[in-house]
Amino acid sequence: MAEGPLVGLVLVSHSAAVAESVARMAVALAGVDTVAVEHAGGTADGGYGTDADRIAAAARTADRGAGVGLLVDLGSAVLTVKSLVADEELPAGARLLDAPFVEGAVAAVVTASTGADLDAVAAAAQEAYGYRKE
Amino acid sequence: MRHVLDAEFFRRWMLATAAVVDREAARLTELDSAIGDADHGANLQRGFTAVRAALEAEPPQTPGAVLVLAGRQLISKVGGASGPLYGTLLRGTGKALGDDAEVTDAALRAALDEGVGAVAKLGGAAPGDKTMLDALVPAVAALGDGDYGAARAAAEKGAEDTVPLQARKGRASYLGERSIGHRDPGATSSALLVGALAETAEAVTGG
Repeated sequence: MAEGPLVGLVLVSHSAAVAESVARMAVALAGVDTVAVEHAGGTADGGYGTDADRIAAAARTADRGAGVGLLVDLGSAVLTVKSLVADEELPAGARLLDAPFVEGAVAAVVTASTGADLDAVAAAAQEAYGYRKE
Repeated sequence: MRHVLDAEFFRRWMLATAAVVDREAARLTELDSAIGDADHGANLQRGFTAVRAALEAEPPQTPGAVLVLAGRQLISKVGGASGPLYGTLLRGTGKALGDDAEVTDAALRAALDEGVGAVAKLGGAAPGDKTMLDALVPAVAALGDGDYGAARAAAEKGAEDTVPLQARKGRASYLGERSIGHRDPGATSSALLVGALAETAEAVTGG
């Protein structure tokens, strides 16, 4: 496995600190440094919100030729990524991952590191919804 | 009254929208502070300021291109959920208008119908959910064959009629029944957009 390019990931949050921290944490918990994990949090002026241009730039940076999965927190982050996908403003094969932000990020990084394709990465991230805590 | 709508008409519509958003930004933010995160006025103002600058920098040559450019600016600059929602509305409408240099009232109504459909799909909302759609859907239905005044009245009524509704989408939906009794900020700004369209039609052709 892992001979070809790996799926890349982008973490999109209303907060720059949350996006960056979850990206770092997911990489650390996954214990791998081979997956491109980018982050695009907050607005262009440093506030809480969503910046479509930085999301698109992060997706291009994360693209290694095997597709890019975008994990989002809520509201405008979801809608902005959806509209970027619909308008084909992201690299070919980029898609929104329907998953919990933190748990999905860890599952996605681990799965991507094995050389799994974007469908498998998306499925693993989505499965994280089923992880009950009580 | 029938109109022939060219790129200049659509540019004027967008500039009229920017002007009314400037005037009403404080009111939109006040409405949003009741059931949202108190940024709707400022976000739309930032977005339409960028629309105005982009249209002045390089005026597009077709109606469709004006709306596509405006939509792109909103998606790029707003920073809140209204960016992708209004951006999708204008881009979807603009794409549906195609490359024609002039369009008819009927073509605009059909294109708006597609744009509103794209917003509904993006947000997963339906009329009655206390969203933009509560103003936009009745406005497009009332537009008929170029009756922009009727569209404005329908959008205003639609926005007013969101007061007793419970929000089912967006941050306001977290409030549950406490969202009842407040006018929806997105429906209110949608009515401003339709009002600016009517104002433009009246200014250009006398109604």
